[in-house]
Formats: sequence, structure tokens, C-alpha cells
Amino acid sequence: MKREGEIRISSGCAISGIFCRDGRRISGEAIRKSIAVMHNRSNGLGGGFAAYGIYPQYRDYFALHIFYDSQEAREETERFLDKRFDIINLSKIPTRQIPAISDAPLIWRYFVSPLPHMLQDSQLDEDEYTSRSMIRINDSITGAYVVSCGKDMGVFKAVGYPEDVADFYRIEEYEGYSWTAHGRYPTNTPGWWAGSHPFSLLDLTVVHNGEISSYDANRRAVEMYGYSCNLLTDTEVITYILDYLTRKQGLTLKESSEVIAAPFWTTIAIKDEEERKRLSYLRKMFSSFLITGPFSILVGFSGGMMALNDRLKLRSLVAAEKGSTVYFSSEEAAIRVIEESPDRIRAPRGGEAVIVSLDKESRC
Amino acid sequence: MLRRYRIRKDESCVSCLRCARECSFGAITAEDGQTLSFHHERCVDCQRCVSFCPTGALCITEDENRFRSNSVFRQDDIREIDLQARTGGVLLSSMGAPSESVPIYFDKLLLNASQVTNPSIDPLREPMETAVFIGQRKEGIDRGSDGRIVDNLPPHLELRTPIMFSAMSYGAISLNVHKALAKAAETLGTYWNTGEGGLHESLYPYKRSTIVQVASGRFGVHETYLNTAAAIEIKIGQGAKPGIGGHLTGRKIIGDVSKTRMVPEGLDAISPAPHHDIYSIEDLAQLVMSLKEATGYRKPVIVKVAAVHNIAPIASGIARSGADIISIDGYRGGTGAAPKRIRDNVGIPIELAIAAVDQRLREERIRDRVSIIASGGIRNSSDAVKTIALGADAVSVGTAALCALGCHICASCHTGRCAWGLATQDPELTKRLDPEKGAERLVNLVNAWTREIQEIMGGMGINSIEALRGNRMALRGVGLNAKELDILGIRYAGE
Amino acid sequence: MKVLDIRKDGLEDIGKQGIGEVTITGCLGERYIGCGMKDGVLHVVGTPGNALASYLDGGTVYVDGNAQDAAADTMNAGLLAVKGSAGDALAYGMRGGRVYILGDAGYRAGVHMKAYEEKKSILVIGGRSGSFLGEYLAGGIIIVLGLGYEGRNITGYFCGNGMYAGTIYLRTDKTPPNLSDKLIRRSVDKKEKEDILRPIISDFASAFSIPAEKCLEGSFIAIEADKSKSYSQLYAAV
Repeated sequence: MKREGEIRISSGCAISGIFCRDGRRISGEAIRKSIAVMHNRSNGLGGGFAAYGIYPQYRDYFALHIFYDSQEAREETERFLDKRFDIINLSKIPTRQIPAISDAPLIWRYFVSPLPHMLQDSQLDEDEYTSRSMIRINDSITGAYVVSCGKDMGVFKAVGYPEDVADFYRIEEYEGYSWTAHGRYPTNTPGWWAGSHPFSLLDLTVVHNGEISSYDANRRAVEMYGYSCNLLTDTEVITYILDYLTRKQGLTLKESSEVIAAPFWTTIAIKDEEERKRLSYLRKMFSSFLITGPFSILVGFSGGMMALNDRLKLRSLVAAEKGSTVYFSSEEAAIRVIEESPDRIRAPRGGEAVIVSLDKESRC
Repeated sequence: MLRRYRIRKDESCVSCLRCARECSFGAITAEDGQTLSFHHERCVDCQRCVSFCPTGALCITEDENRFRSNSVFRQDDIREIDLQARTGGVLLSSMGAPSESVPIYFDKLLLNASQVTNPSIDPLREPMETAVFIGQRKEGIDRGSDGRIVDNLPPHLELRTPIMFSAMSYGAISLNVHKALAKAAETLGTYWNTGEGGLHESLYPYKRSTIVQVASGRFGVHETYLNTAAAIEIKIGQGAKPGIGGHLTGRKIIGDVSKTRMVPEGLDAISPAPHHDIYSIEDLAQLVMSLKEATGYRKPVIVKVAAVHNIAPIASGIARSGADIISIDGYRGGTGAAPKRIRDNVGIPIELAIAAVDQRLREERIRDRVSIIASGGIRNSSDAVKTIALGADAVSVGTAALCALGCHICASCHTGRCAWGLATQDPELTKRLDPEKGAERLVNLVNAWTREIQEIMGGMGINSIEALRGNRMALRGVGLNAKELDILGIRYAGE
Repeated sequence: MKVLDIRKDGLEDIGKQGIGEVTITGCLGERYIGCGMKDGVLHVVGTPGNALASYLDGGTVYVDGNAQDAAADTMNAGLLAVKGSAGDALAYGMRGGRVYILGDAGYRAGVHMKAYEEKKSILVIGGRSGSFLGEYLAGGIIIVLGLGYEGRNITGYFCGNGMYAGTIYLRTDKTPPNLSDKLIRRSVDKKEKEDILRPIISDFASAFSIPAEKCLEGSFIAIEADKSKSYSQLYAAV
């Protein structure tokens, strides 16, 4: 049977997110509780979390979370890293043995910064240098897989139900200002740790529910720009598209959402002239990145979070606010379980990006 | 020589002589004005007489008399040897290559549909977008000083459906056909293409739906012509006769054809094989830019080439020439006249060509910078869908459009005697096509195909045509070898 | 009245025949509450999960909070009354009975609702609905009151796309944006308002103990299929 990456596997899911606009760091316990409510949207073949603000003492270093299938893969990867990065700290990521989670790879964490002379020779900025290095590891070192590589953030994922994954990674011991979670329902049996969500590149993480119908058009388009889709999952291609549109094309997240979940031409036609021109331009210019078919996504990034539905709103998504805390989830119950009486609760419209970011005074 | 077809009538014939009046090839005559006589050897099996026989008395069949069968020398081989032995001529043919031994890859591709993991969409009730914008794109966005995005896109063509009409020249086909195409294109929100024979003044009002062609013969090309169009197409070659020029005999250069082409009546109109101002790719860039200069950079420029062996690098060169759109015409593309050996032996099928070009432009990271139109043997809406999934932005149809106007593909266009009044300038024949009715039939055809495209897209859960473009996972192959799958960039059915 | 805590008692006893009147507390995302219920009355406290009151077959379900997705799916008879809002795909394929939502409904409310013999499905939304309201509507009545949204769009985009029977009533004089050309929009006259809308809306108002007159204030428009533009015209048999 083919492993994820050799074949495309469809998948249903649940997603949840918590964002503290005031920069308050909260334990992973809340997000665990939220995603656990939607147990029956997953099937035990994948769960994961992304957390921001969890490594304040290493804020200026890229935090690498890496899966290894073998010690050899680890040694080869560390040799590779050594040549390119200054490794400030390395350790195994602490886990808890629980019966529900098995077949764990070796899971390591590194805090690194690019070697100055290598960075200079590469003529790249440090983000591009790091992202290329990580893509290189995933592409060419057998048995090594970079799970996340952003600053002051990390991804924790495994094959299992999300609440078990949380227990396995001792998620309650981390404190972050932004959390996303994912429970997966893939349509294959073996499940693969790397195939779980969130998927990430640098500080960008995506959790996603649904299966997009434009997949291969999007994949082949984004691969033109130096990305390599190894997992053949929707989440991977959505992450790369967002990275391309925001980091390489300089679009804002809202503009990016108007590309990937573009309004219908009939809807654009009834907007005022300036808006009509702007939306038409984005559709024409980036037509290869329109995503069709059902999706709801939570995009995490340093200092913010975006929630977005496909333009037909084929997946559910609920947003709520309580004070300076913002919640997103596939189901209202997953919010109510951690916040019984939100100030505001609503379902964003199809294609309507809800973007939250840290209040000015709490940014570092 | 053995004749090819046999004309028969049964007892229901009432000797109304309608068939004799309809036959433009002299195969059925009524010499004394009363009795029908059949000249089987002149029959081209165009079915005009059969269609108009009021009693259904007529029947055209392949003649039972035939050469002794031989698996090497087939019937046509022997017939052609005889013809050439008699005349010493280069065999002339028309329409597209009959393609007996060259596979039609469309028929070996199967489409996908959604089941459970994502929803299919009802195309009749939900929004289902078939609009396509084709033209050049910039590498990146520009923002004004206020931070707003500035529209930096060069001019685009807007198609309400990804189906256009292929280039067919006035001269090769009649003015009435041009009228029908222009009218239909306008109603449909798509484009028709003048071909290389100029644009008749009566069609100037259809400017916004017209693509004017500039070919090596430069017939009827002048400043007004270039500016009476939505886009300009430079024709380098066509699928039916790559590397070959054109030759419209002086017989057809009469009246308005002469005026529109701006060549004297009765003089042959020769299109040189190459453009003699393009001997290399950088010369193409010069022509592209001079046309843009002449039209104030307000119109996209299309470069049309035949699908030949190294089509991928050729397309890459065109993409870098300043052209906005590349039009690729495959091996099975039609023609009004072409040497038969060329038509049947030169070039490659459009399916392989599009797959190779799309992939190559992606590898060079320039696929999003240009648009691609594919043509050459597209027979129906599923062919169109498959072409787009392989990587084209839009398709164009010539033969299918002629069929909508009555063509029965008897492949006798080069004779100029088209009984359906399409590929002819004989006023007695051209009046057989009513351009109004013709336009209505073309509109019906394209509307029906568009609905079918929407049905197919809906089944796949795709509600906008751009999400189908290059979406090769929508395709699976049957009866193809590993190399073919590799070039098409698809998997085998079941994989 | 019996009171059950769903966290302790589970769903086992709920939905069976002859349950009488029961209050269920502590709901938090539990699916299928009231599924196929033939009689009796359920009062749901909390946030019930997806597929609430699906196949409801004569029973009555009251919800004091919000309902999630796919409530009243394929409902056949009875009453679902939600004091808060409903999620997406409300009352999909509903054949009979009444669904009253005091707040808003999400995307695709009342898709392919029907009427059959004496059955006539009725959906009333007090607030506004998301896009694709009443898509493929095949019968029955949908009413959107737009309470609190006066003067604004109350239906989102693509209202009634592909409907071929039934009626959508909107308490507004604004035509929904990008209404399909296969639909007819007409004003509702006094008689129709009194004969058809008043009885339904009064019942709706009494279910939530709010004044009916407020819900009937102002003018209504109706959206119906244009019978002259049937989809069968699009086909040609080979």
C-alpha cells in the first residue's frame, strides 16, 4: 500500500483555534478540551496542534521540530544542520507514554540560527534560507521530516485522536497566546505521522477541514515557484499557496483570501467600481490559486490568526469572542465547552476571512 | 479506375430532380431536364442529395467493387498511385487527418467525479463559472503610493465560455460563414477568427468579438484591419499543414474576396511557407511588438503554431517573445486545402502537445505568464474538458463549427464546390447558408457544450473553470503505455 | 416533567415513543438529539450537536440556545423551535412539519424542502439566512422575517437558486442580490398576507412568546419558480 505522499488521500476533519489578542499566554489544556468535543469528526488517524509564543526564551531562533525514522536519519540531518546553522540548543521533545499512541518516530527539537557567512553567500534572507534548507531535508534525507521551523512556535502532531496526541506531547505544559488544533478523518488506514495536521512552513501553520477539488491545478501552479508538495495533502498545498501569496507576492492575508476563496463573478459584478476592479484583478492575476471544493481553514502566524471558509461555505465554521480572546471551531459546542457565554458568536460567511492579531501594546 | 461511391435510388423516387439541383459535383444530373443520370465517379458522399430527397429514395454507399484486398496496399493507396500516375500531381486533401493509426488520446482519457469526500455540485442550479480571461500576466503585483494594488495586467480577452472559433479565411470559406461565426461569437461572448484572408467590411461591427489574423501572405492586413479587432493572431502554422504555406487559386479570387484580400481578381493568392520577416525567434518578438505598436498596446497578440515535435521549447520561446497567448493546433486540425502527405504525416496530436507545453512552461516557471489556446480535432465538450485539464486555458473549434453549419465532412473543400455552401465562393452555393440560421445553430452548439462542461465540472465538485485548468488528477488513462501516461502527466485508471 | 442530564443519562431514553415531556440539560455538541422522534416534547438546554431532530416524525423539540449544522434534516412531521440561531444545512430535504428559528440560519437553509399530499413543510427564520436559502426548493413555505435587520439584505447570495416549486416569503421590499433569472419576484398583497402568512407567523410568534404583529409589520415579497423556464428545455435525447 502506498504511503501518504506517494498517493493522494482524502480526509475529513475538525478544527479549533484560540487566540489571545492581549498576548496572554494560556496553557494547552483549553485547546485540548475544545478539540476533544468533536471526537466523532476524526477517526483516530491523525491529530495535532500548533502553538505560538511557547518558546519566549528562544524568541530569536528558528525552532525546529523534526521526526526521524532512525538514528541514521537523525545523524545525517544533524550533519546537514551543523553545516548551515548555529545550533543553540537541541533536545528530545518530552512525551508521555500512553497506550493510544504507538509507533512514534524519534522526535527532536532544535533552536537554530543560520550561520552568518553561509547566509551571506546564499544571497537569501534568513526566512528563505531556512525554508529552503527545511524543504531540502524533507526532499532528500530519507526518514527525516521537519514538522515545523518557525520562531517562537511549534507544531505537535501524531497518528491518534487529538486529545490523545495532546496527552502524548504533554501539551498542557506549554503556554502560548495562539493555539490551533486538528482532528483528522483520513480515508486510508495506515496513517502517517507527517501527514497529520497542522502543516507548516516557517511560522505559517494551517489546519484544514474538507477536500478541495482544485487540488492538482493548485499543486502544479505552486510547484512552479519552488515548492515541492511531498504529502499530496490539501493542507500542504494551501500552506504553500499562502506562503507564496503573502511572503513572495506581498499580498495581505485578506487579499490572499480573495484569491483562494474569490467571490463569484456575479457577486463581483454587483460591487462598486473600485472594489470590482480590485477583485477582478486578483482573480485574473492569480487564477491558478483559486481553490474550489469544501474547506475551512485556520491559519496561524506570528502575532495573528486567520479563519477562512471556501466561497460556497461547504464546511462549517463558528467564530466567537470573549473579552480579548477569540475562538474558532468547526462546531459551536467546541467553543462553549471552554467559554460558556461568549460576548459574540457567529458564523463567518463563505469566503469571508476573519483575521485577528495581537493588540499593539502586547506585540514584542 | 474503380469508383469509390455508388448512388442508388429506389422506387419511391418521384423524379422531382431536386437531387440534381442540389448536387454541386455533377454526380447527379438531369441532362434532358427530365431523366436523372448518375455519374458515380464524381460523387464525394457529401449527402446533400440524400438530405434533400423528399421521398427518401436516394442512398449513397461505398461501391461494392473494390481492389483485391491487400493488408499492405490498401484501397486508398492503390487509388492514389493511379491518380498520381495519371496526373503527376501532389495529392491535395482537406479537413483534418483521418487518424486511423494515430491514436485519438481523448478517447483513452476518463474523467473523475466526486463521491462522499467532497460534494459534487448541481451545475444547473448552483453558480458554475466558465468565464476565462486570457492574456499575459506580470510576475508580481504593483502597489501605488497609497498601498493599493495597481492593475498592471496587459489587455485580456474575456470569454464567457472556454470555446472559441478557429481561424478560417474568407476565400477558403464563404462570407456567409464568416457572418454566422461573427454573429454567434458576439451572442456567445466568445471570439471568432478571420483567418488570413482579411475582414470583410460588413463585419466591422463585430469588432469586439473578432480576432484578426496576420499570416505570411499579409492579405488584407492594414491599420484599420488591425484595429478592428479584439486581438491579433500571428499565424506561424496550422496543424493540418505545419511548415507549408497556402495557395488560394485565382479562380476563387473574385469580387469581394479580391477586395478583402487586397489582391487582384483572378491572381493566385500565395501564402509563403514561413513569414519572410521571421527566420528566428527574436524576429517573432519584433513582429509581436510592431503589431502592438500599431495598435497602441490595447490588444493581446496571439501566436498560432502547429503542434510539431519540439513544440515545448517552441512554446517557451513564444512565451518570452512578448506574445500574450499561444495557440497550438494539433495534428488532426482541419484545413481548406493541404497536401495529403503533409496533412497525414506531419505534426503530433494536440493532447500530447498541450501536456508537453503546459509541463514545460511550468518547469520554466512561466506558465502563469501566458495563456494557451488548443485546437485540432476537438469534437465535443468532453474533449474540451480533457484539453483544459491537460493544461489549456481555452479551446477553439473549426471543423465542429462547420458541422454545425451543415458540413458533412466529405473532405472536398479544396474543390471549391461545397454543396453545403460553406467552402465555396460560388454565389449559387453560398446562398445555401442563411447566416442568421447558421449563427443560431452555432449558438445552440456552444451553449449545449458549455452546459455539458458545467455538468462535468459539477460532477467533479469544481465550480470555476480555472480550477480545472492543468488539474490532471481529474484524468485517468486507459489503454495507454507508461510513456504516454508520463507525457500526458496522468495515472492509469485504478491507480 | 422529567429532567435528564445528557452527560449522565446519555441519549438512550430520548426519542423513544411515549416519553411524554422531558428536559435534557448539559448539552454540548451531542449529535442526533430527537432523531426520528414520533411524539412527546423535548426541551434542550445547552448547545445540541449536529443532526438535531433529524427525521423528526411528529415529536416536538424546543432548544433554548443555538443549534449546530444539519438540524431537522429530512424531517417528516412535528415541530423544531430554536430560540437562538441554527447552523448550516438546516431542514435539508424536509417533507413536513414546522421548523422555527428565532435567530439566524446559516448557509443552505431549507434546501430541497418539499410538500407531499397533506404534508407541507414550513420553515420560519426570525433573523436572516445565509446564502443559498431554499436552493432546489420543491415545495413548502420558507419565511424569513429579518427581525433586527430591517432595511438590510436578509438572505445572502443565490437565494432560491434552482427552486421549482414552493414559495419563499421575505419580510422586505428589497429583491435579494443576484437573484436567478429563472425565478419570479412578486409583492405579497394584503389577502395573501392575511390568509397564508398570518396563521404561520402567529404560530411562530407564540412558540417564542413574542408579539406577532411585530413580525407581520411592513411588506413582504415572494420568490417563486418561473414555470416557463423549466430545466427540461436544456436536454436533447440522443
